[in-house]
Amino acid sequence: MKTLRRVALTILTLVFSASLLADFLAPASFATQFRESPNASPSVQFPLGTDELGRDRLSRLLYGSRISLLLAPAAALLATLTAALIGGTAGYWGNWWDRMAVIITDLFLSLPWLFLLLTVRATLPLNVPPLISVVITFSLLGILGWATAARVVRAQARSLRTADFVLQARAIGYRRSRVFFVQVLPNLKPVLTAQFWVLVPTFILAEANLGLLGLGVAEPLPSWGNLLRELENFSAVKANPLLLAPLFLLVVVVGCLQVILSEEERFQ
Amino acid sequence: MVFQRLARHFVTIFVTLLIGGLLGATLVRLAPGFGADERELDLRLNEQSIRMLRQARSEEQNVFRFYLQHLSGLYRGDLGFSRSANRPIVELLEDRLPVTVRSASAGLLLGWFLGLALALPTAMMSSTAYDVATTALSGLVLCLPAAVLALLFLFLEGPEALAIGLVVFPKLFRYVRSLLEDAKAQLHILTAKAKGLGVFRVGLWHVLAPAMPQVLSLAGVSVNLALGAAIPIEVVCDSPGIGQLAWQAALARDLPLLVNLTLLVTLFTMIANLCSDLMITASGAEQA
Amino acid sequence: MKRLLLFLIIVTQLFPALAYAESERELRFCLRAEPKTFNPVLVADEPSETIRYLTGGVLLRMNRLTQKLEPELAASWRVTDNGRQILFKLREGVVFSDGTPFAADDVAFTIRTLMDPQLNSPTGDAFRSGGGSVDAQVIGAHGISIRFSTPVAGLERLFDQVAILSSRSVRKEMAVLGPFVVSEHKPGSHVLLRRNPQYWKRDAQGQRLPYLDSVRLEIQQNRDTEMLRFLRGQFHVINNMDPALFDRLRTESPVSARDAGPSLESEQMWFNQVAVSPIANYKKTWFRSKNFRRAVSEAINRDDLCRLVFLGRANAAAGPVSPANKFWFNAALKPHTFDQASSLRRLQSEGFRLQQGRLLDAQGHAVEFSVITNAGNKTRERMATMIQQDLKKLGIQLNIVTLDFPSLIERISRTFNYEACLLGLVNVDLDPMGK
Repeated sequence: MKTLRRVALTILTLVFSASLLADFLAPASFATQFRESPNASPSVQFPLGTDELGRDRLSRLLYGSRISLLLAPAAALLATLTAALIGGTAGYWGNWWDRMAVIITDLFLSLPWLFLLLTVRATLPLNVPPLISVVITFSLLGILGWATAARVVRAQARSLRTADFVLQARAIGYRRSRVFFVQVLPNLKPVLTAQFWVLVPTFILAEANLGLLGLGVAEPLPSWGNLLRELENFSAVKANPLLLAPLFLLVVVVGCLQVILSEEERFQ
Repeated sequence: MVFQRLARHFVTIFVTLLIGGLLGATLVRLAPGFGADERELDLRLNEQSIRMLRQARSEEQNVFRFYLQHLSGLYRGDLGFSRSANRPIVELLEDRLPVTVRSASAGLLLGWFLGLALALPTAMMSSTAYDVATTALSGLVLCLPAAVLALLFLFLEGPEALAIGLVVFPKLFRYVRSLLEDAKAQLHILTAKAKGLGVFRVGLWHVLAPAMPQVLSLAGVSVNLALGAAIPIEVVCDSPGIGQLAWQAALARDLPLLVNLTLLVTLFTMIANLCSDLMITASGAEQA
Repeated sequence: MKRLLLFLIIVTQLFPALAYAESERELRFCLRAEPKTFNPVLVADEPSETIRYLTGGVLLRMNRLTQKLEPELAASWRVTDNGRQILFKLREGVVFSDGTPFAADDVAFTIRTLMDPQLNSPTGDAFRSGGGSVDAQVIGAHGISIRFSTPVAGLERLFDQVAILSSRSVRKEMAVLGPFVVSEHKPGSHVLLRRNPQYWKRDAQGQRLPYLDSVRLEIQQNRDTEMLRFLRGQFHVINNMDPALFDRLRTESPVSARDAGPSLESEQMWFNQVAVSPIANYKKTWFRSKNFRRAVSEAINRDDLCRLVFLGRANAAAGPVSPANKFWFNAALKPHTFDQASSLRRLQSEGFRLQQGRLLDAQGHAVEFSVITNAGNKTRERMATMIQQDLKKLGIQLNIVTLDFPSLIERISRTFNYEACLLGLVNVDLDPMGK
């Protein structure tokens, strides 16, 4: 439904704009510690309250949106495109490349890539700006996170290999590469959008989990991932349900992405 | 012919395992902190003891030599010794593998059940309200960190398999739904509806059935998702499975244990993917 | 310094105070990790140490409350030859848990085992700290002399960590002299200790100890889960709690929460002054300057750290010795006062200057350095964040780098590729120089 897509687009635009305009909208800097007001309840001064170090939660949510909303979708896009290329060509072309791609995909699914992330981080200077470090982390997630979707894309591409329109295109004399990019790839869109939709929150949460190994966003930079990790403290959530704000925002953004990326007919 | 194909699959699995083990060992060996032992910070140890601690891992310095020795040990049935757990690896796997297999299997079944149960109605009907509700539900579960889910079930004294199932289900649901949506958009569905075929018949035989190969391809992937989810969930729930072992091994840079776990995960992944490929081929042959 | 609950080590003394729902008297608490060994001479990790404490029989025991030595398997002892020799008279009629009699030969066997250079045992290394050999000589069935090559200060304290092994038992290190014996070990799940029916100690009424029938040690890493299970009555004791969890416990179950005072642990930040470290030379110059280090110390608001990070359950410290260390703590030493004006003066005396809010050294380098700490430790991450803000007011840019533990160990003990480090220190030995 066009209305629903418009609403979703509006919400996403608002969220993105708010994150970009955080410098003007945020009540305080994300790093400023109001040490006399730790764990403060929501108030006029602190709309979402403060954290254990007295930092304004709304400010951290707004600034954290920049990192998560820009980098996670970029990494998800990279992973999705890689899955499209590798899975799609493997399924469509078949033969030795298909067998090779299956092996590479299974290896990518099984190897402990965590150690690669640790190694890359160790090669960076200690005083590298936190933003660069997190950009590198998300880039690596994007480079490494394609394998799951590639399998599904491959199966889909294999079924398209014998589709009528593909056979007709080949019969006309189109080269295989043209058939792939013009006929096959657009028909992989449903599974690719599913992949993208799944990967955005997955990478946001992965960044938070990687923080346990020092690979996440460095303090004092906030991210939705490290804000979401606060949910592990149930008693704090019970005392201040507004701690659920990052979760709520993430669900809304992911839902809006789902609506916008899906085929128009599905919501009719 | 069948025998030849099976033999080819077997060779592929074997070669992939060899490559996977070596690559895994290399990644661990090159990672920072390899060889560093927490005990080096113990002020009570003298320099000779610290030197001996460092030399204890000297046979792991050359990754190729280590890997060849490890493979020859595997051939004899010796999986090596875990320095971090201070036990033979075969004992560790005997104790912990059943725990993870049980919880991951139960989690997978639940994930598939939920994913299919929520996605199948999409094949049969078009409802904005239903789509929005399932999107919101799966989105909510997808956005919850696995550790939070695990803590929730711990708090509610529920089995950790449920947490694994909830981690897996939104991803399966999303893929299956998009595949079914795509299948539903085919022209023959319109024809079937126009001819007056019932909702269930159209949904099951004309939407789901053609999409089955792609749905089956998820089977292998879902095994990997479940194993991946097992790690944070077992760590939070303190469940003595392979996931918790993998995390501890990673923190300790326990090379022999990590190589064995990599081989195990590669084997599970390949077998699961092979099974789904064979099912796809079988279903494709039937349709032909 | 953190003020944490003291480990309720003297478990036997708590037994009468505890009520049990089960017919068998069982005490249940947690180990935070899998014990690596049950061999008392190889113990190097805390869970194994706990089991050694509960199962091992020692010649002398350090009373953790009074911090004085008390006789255990040794009825009496005497230090002679200016700290080079210690003579023990052993209790008679004591047997190991499998019935094997305890004699001086067993002590000699234990000392010889400890002195094996291949052992890598912290306990053994403590005996070798003076260099040279350690000789154990049996004097009759119940007397033993242990001689060191060089004088050792406080040498009797070493024996608190030495659980005596049997030289004759076929059960080897599983035959013990302590109040409990390892009965069951399910890896990843629990360790069950049952009372040692041969335990030699009796109470004032002559009743054989321990009162408990068993101690069940559940292996539980997650502290939130531990707390949850404690509130459900599945555990009887939690030690060493996170301040936030302790406050939560005080709210939900005020009777259960007891602050046992300061522990021996401290949190420290230090600068890398290793000459061969790969850091920039101008930074080495900063870190070697006493005024620079003192200025940074004075710029850190320790009271805020205690209040916000430890919720008031910590004290600012002048050094690594805790007030809980009765013998070595010097109350006359005061921690550096928080005074950023004084910090700036010190820095200016070293040629540093403030320029547009950034601190520059005499050569014009902006003062920027990193502090490494272990990832996943929320307390340290918060401390580092607060220190970062404190130093920012002086124009110092502090970058927080969290690393997983092996990477951190590698940097501080091998490559020396770090600038500053924030880490904790646990004093196992009361003697600050006990190494």
